[in-house]
Amino acid sequence: MLLTNSLATFGRYCMFLRRVFSIPDRFSEFGRRTVAEVAKLGIDSIPLVLIISVFIGAVIAIQMQLNIASPLIPAYSVGLATREIILLEFSNSILCLILAGKVGSNIASEIGTMRVTEQIDALDIMGVNSANFLVLPKVVGFVAFMPVLAVLCMVTSLVGGYLVAVFTDLITVSRYVYGLQAFFQEWYVWYGLIKALVFAFIIATTASFYGYYVKGGALEVGKSSTNAVVTSSVFILLFDVILTKLLLQ
Amino acid sequence: MIEVQNLTKSFDGRTVLHGIDATFYEGKTNLIIGQSGSGKTVLVKSLVGLLTPDSGKILFDGRNLLTMSSEEVKDLRKEIGMLFQGSALFDSETVLGNVEFPLKMFTRKSREEIRERALFCLERVNLKGAEKKFPAEISGGMQKRVAIARAIALNPKYLFCDEPNSGLDPKTSILIDELLSDITHEYNITTVINTHDMNSVLGIGENIIFINKGHREWVGDMSQIYNTANEALNDFVFATRLFQEVREYVAEHGTINDRK
Repeated sequence: MLLTNSLATFGRYCMFLRRVFSIPDRFSEFGRRTVAEVAKLGIDSIPLVLIISVFIGAVIAIQMQLNIASPLIPAYSVGLATREIILLEFSNSILCLILAGKVGSNIASEIGTMRVTEQIDALDIMGVNSANFLVLPKVVGFVAFMPVLAVLCMVTSLVGGYLVAVFTDLITVSRYVYGLQAFFQEWYVWYGLIKALVFAFIIATTASFYGYYVKGGALEVGKSSTNAVVTSSVFILLFDVILTKLLLQ
Repeated sequence: MIEVQNLTKSFDGRTVLHGIDATFYEGKTNLIIGQSGSGKTVLVKSLVGLLTPDSGKILFDGRNLLTMSSEEVKDLRKEIGMLFQGSALFDSETVLGNVEFPLKMFTRKSREEIRERALFCLERVNLKGAEKKFPAEISGGMQKRVAIARAIALNPKYLFCDEPNSGLDPKTSILIDELLSDITHEYNITTVINTHDMNSVLGIGENIIFINKGHREWVGDMSQIYNTANEALNDFVFATRLFQEVREYVAEHGTINDRK
C-alpha cells in the first residue's frame, strides 16, 4: 500500500513537472515574475544565510581546534578541516536543509493558499497553464540564485572561523589562513555548487507540488507546508549520498 | 448558448449528477438553484472544465467541450469569464493589476490600451478610484465587483458565477445581481449563475434550472416559480415565512415586479 501510494505520488510529481516545464504563455510576464521570485526567495534569504554561516563557521573552527589539538597534527589543520567541512557539506547540504524550512514552507504555503482560495482555478479557467505560470518562475529564480547563496555561505563561514582566530587565542591568524590555502582542490567548490543547484531544484519543485495539490482549508495548507519541508529534507539527504558517491569517487 | 445533454458525474461510485439536460440561453441570466449538496457546484465546475464528467455532452454554441483538443479548450477558455464564490482575486496584484491580468496574458494590446480597457471595466462596475488598492484593502462587495470587472475584461461570450452573493449583505447582493443582469443584457452574454439566494431567484431569474439530488427537476423563469407544483422546489424556494408571504402577495396581486 505504501509502495503503491509512493509510486502514485511520484507519478503525479512527474506529470506536474511536465506541466511546469512547458513554454510560458508570455515571456515578458515570466521574466517579471522570475525577477520577483529571485528577490523574494533568494535575496531575502541572504540575511539568514549570513547569520547562520558566520556562527557555524566560528563553531566549526573552535570545535576543530578542541578536537584535533595534538602535537602530531599540524596547527594549520584547523583551517584546512574547517574549509573542507564548509566547502563539502555545510555550504550546500546543511544550508539547503535550512533553506528547505524557509523557502520550502514559503512556496508551499503561498501556492497552497492560492489553491484553497480558488486563485489557481481562476488561472486555469482563463486558459493559463497555472503550474507553469506559478511554479516555473520560482524554480528558475531560486535555482539561478542558489550559487550566490552557496558562495556567500562559503565565504562568510570561513570569515566566521577567521574571527575566532582574530578574537581568541585558540589558533593564530597566520596558521588559520595557511590552513585555508593548504591542499586546496578547486573541484570541491564546483562539487558544492552542483549539489546546491540540485538541492535548490528539489526544494522548489517539492514545495510547489505539495502546495499545488492542497485540498481543504487553512489546516491543510499548514500540513502541506510541513510535508513539503519534511519531504524535501529527506530527498536532500538522499541525493547528498548519491551525488557524493557520483562526484567524489 | 450552452447545451448540456445527459450529463453524469460520479465520485468514488457515488453518482452526483444523474443525466442532466439543460439549456443556458444567450443574453439571459440563467440560474442553477438547489439545496447544498444537490450537485449544482459539480455541474458548474463540469461546465467550465474544472471537472470531467463521466458521460454526456456540453455544447458551447455547438462545440462539445468534452471532445475538444487541449488547444481548442484553451481557445474556448478565452471566451469564458468566471466569478468565484470567494472572488479569487490575486492577492499580490492591485485592483487594476487583477483586471489587467487577462488582457496582458491574452491580447497583443499596448500597455496604454490595456490600462484603458481595465479602467473602463472598473468604471462599468462602479469602482473608479480603487485601482491602486489591494484585494485585502477592499470590502467583500468591492472584491466581487473587481472579479466581475476581471471576468468581463476580455469580452467573454460566457460568464459563470459561483454563488456571487455569498457572504454579502442584502443590499450589496442586490447591487451585484443588478450588475450581473445589466452586463448580461448589455453584452449579450450567456450568464450562468449558481446560487441559493432567493432574492436572486425571484429578482433576476430569467431561466431557472432546479437541481435536486443530482436530477434536473424543474425549468422555468421567475414568474413561473410562484405557481410550480414541484414540491421540492416549493420547499426550497418558499422555505421562509417571508417568501411564503411574497408568494401569497403575488397570488393576490399578480406581480412583485414593481417592488423596487
